[in-house]
Amino acid sequence: MQTEVKETLPMEELEQVAKQVRRDIVRMVHGCQSGHPGGSLGCTDYLVALYFRIMTHSTEFDMNGVGEDLFFLSNGHISPVWYSVLARAGYFDVSELKTFRKLDSRLQGHPTTHEELPGVRIASGSLGQGLSVAIGAALTKKLNNDPGLVFTLHGDGELQEGQIWEAALFAPHNKVDNLISTIDVNGQQIDGPTDQVLALGNLRAKWEAFGWDVLEMNGNDLADVIRVLELAKAKTRKGKPIMILMQTNMGHGVDFMMGSHKWHGVAPNDEQLSLALNQLTSGMQDY
Amino acid sequence: MKKYTYTESKDTRSGFGAGLVEAGRKNENVVALCADLVGSLKMGDFIKEFPERFVQVGIAEANMMGIAAGMTIGGKIPFTGTFANFSTGRVYDQIRQSIAYSDKNVKICASHAGLTLGEDGATHQILEDIGMMKMLPGMTVINPCDYNQTKAATVAIAEYEGPVYLRFGRPVIPVFTPADQEFVIGKAWMVNEGTDVSIFATGHLVWEAIKAGEKLAEMGISAEIINIHTIKPLDDEAILKSVAKTGCVVSAEEHNRLGGLGDSIAQLLAKNTPLPMEYVAVNDSFGESGTPEQLMKKYGLDDEHIIKAVQKVMERKKVLAK
Repeated sequence: MQTEVKETLPMEELEQVAKQVRRDIVRMVHGCQSGHPGGSLGCTDYLVALYFRIMTHSTEFDMNGVGEDLFFLSNGHISPVWYSVLARAGYFDVSELKTFRKLDSRLQGHPTTHEELPGVRIASGSLGQGLSVAIGAALTKKLNNDPGLVFTLHGDGELQEGQIWEAALFAPHNKVDNLISTIDVNGQQIDGPTDQVLALGNLRAKWEAFGWDVLEMNGNDLADVIRVLELAKAKTRKGKPIMILMQTNMGHGVDFMMGSHKWHGVAPNDEQLSLALNQLTSGMQDY
Repeated sequence: MKKYTYTESKDTRSGFGAGLVEAGRKNENVVALCADLVGSLKMGDFIKEFPERFVQVGIAEANMMGIAAGMTIGGKIPFTGTFANFSTGRVYDQIRQSIAYSDKNVKICASHAGLTLGEDGATHQILEDIGMMKMLPGMTVINPCDYNQTKAATVAIAEYEGPVYLRFGRPVIPVFTPADQEFVIGKAWMVNEGTDVSIFATGHLVWEAIKAGEKLAEMGISAEIINIHTIKPLDDEAILKSVAKTGCVVSAEEHNRLGGLGDSIAQLLAKNTPLPMEYVAVNDSFGESGTPEQLMKKYGLDDEHIIKAVQKVMERKKVLAK
């Protein structure tokens, strides 16, 4: 079954879904008093756009995803946003979100195929591995003459892992041009701002020097996210892999969480939860 | 002692190269990846026959493991090729997360394992790989003993669904197993039936065990020699059946004494039937430069050391019987 929402959801409803996903994120992290709300809230608009507008995909999950667009979350710690989007798109029942990070759950702290959660095709959490995996999936799609595209998301701090740059070198050399990668440039990592921990320098210049077609977008403006992802799709199969530098606010949508590394991996208490939910009215049902 | 003759000697890595071509012919989903060691891994024939199914990743083993994991999504059966050191220790976390935990159908094919890599020295002579790989849940670990067995194993793992570590080596050694053998993963191969001692050998040590068995026979000792080509899953039944007859054990492997085949056997014995056991293995040390023959002798991995281990373990059995 193709997701029915593709093409049909108007912008206002997409905004509503994004609000609800943000509600889900803070409630999930609060529910188990652990997890990573900051990056999850920052990447909400991107994942909503991907699953509700951009990707051709089926909620009748099949590991091989023949004919579908595939998504790989390389920065696996922002699992709350992915789980919520998968559930809201119809991969599994939204009631399962309440099991996040709890014993016997399919919603592990970091995503895994091990519990057979529909929508997940590789384990991630140990950083820096997702780009290589996505390249492999993209190569197989080419060998199989599969028209599907491969999307990935990475944190900016994750770029400090060496394997990323092995993959960065490989994809242009091998013309992996059915791949659209995105980096969440929020400028924050656990120990502080990336500029202080280990500065990433000029990311556009770096990726262009490696041979990627580089785009930029405002990751917290849904209209801009959709516009740039559509542009990226139009640029596929032209000999180059595509890299989108996505500027986001860590914690976007909850004022007291925004723009600080302090909410990278901390759960809100009861009071903070109700403050956050008051800022996120969606008109949809909570799980 | 059953007589083993051979007319030629070949390296096990060439068995892998030949097996890879055969696996490629049998199944169009078989693809190969290499990290700048095509000649050493004997992948040339596969590349010649299936150029579009080969991926050269350069000197970037972590990326290779990730790409291999990704290629399984859509149905490919990737065989990665590099030295054993760079196939395991260098990329352990990539294998752990993207292949083993993700249950991907990747075949990690590792050449130049152990001391017999020779002159390059300890940086390249990994002696811990079996231990690392067997500790990963769901990983199958295979260490064949000659050219024919390596070729047969390579074909067999393509037909098996799940992650596999296939370990082989550099030196030219006798080809003594049948060319038409059927390779069954997890099924030990009876090399010689005997009654006094069980010798469980893997990889290059199987030929050393045969040489030792011939000399032991002249000394009046009847050695049962079993080739444990699959270290995980271990053929518990074959091992327990053998030791029930012989009452003492020698394990033989080109690996650290810690974490290898011997340890797996010792755990099986401890749980079922504790018996005297001796290890023929590297005694928790790194290797060094030298010829394969010099190194195997110096580090205690040849037929003479197997004989000494047999004598020692049989003496321990005798003491226990009193």
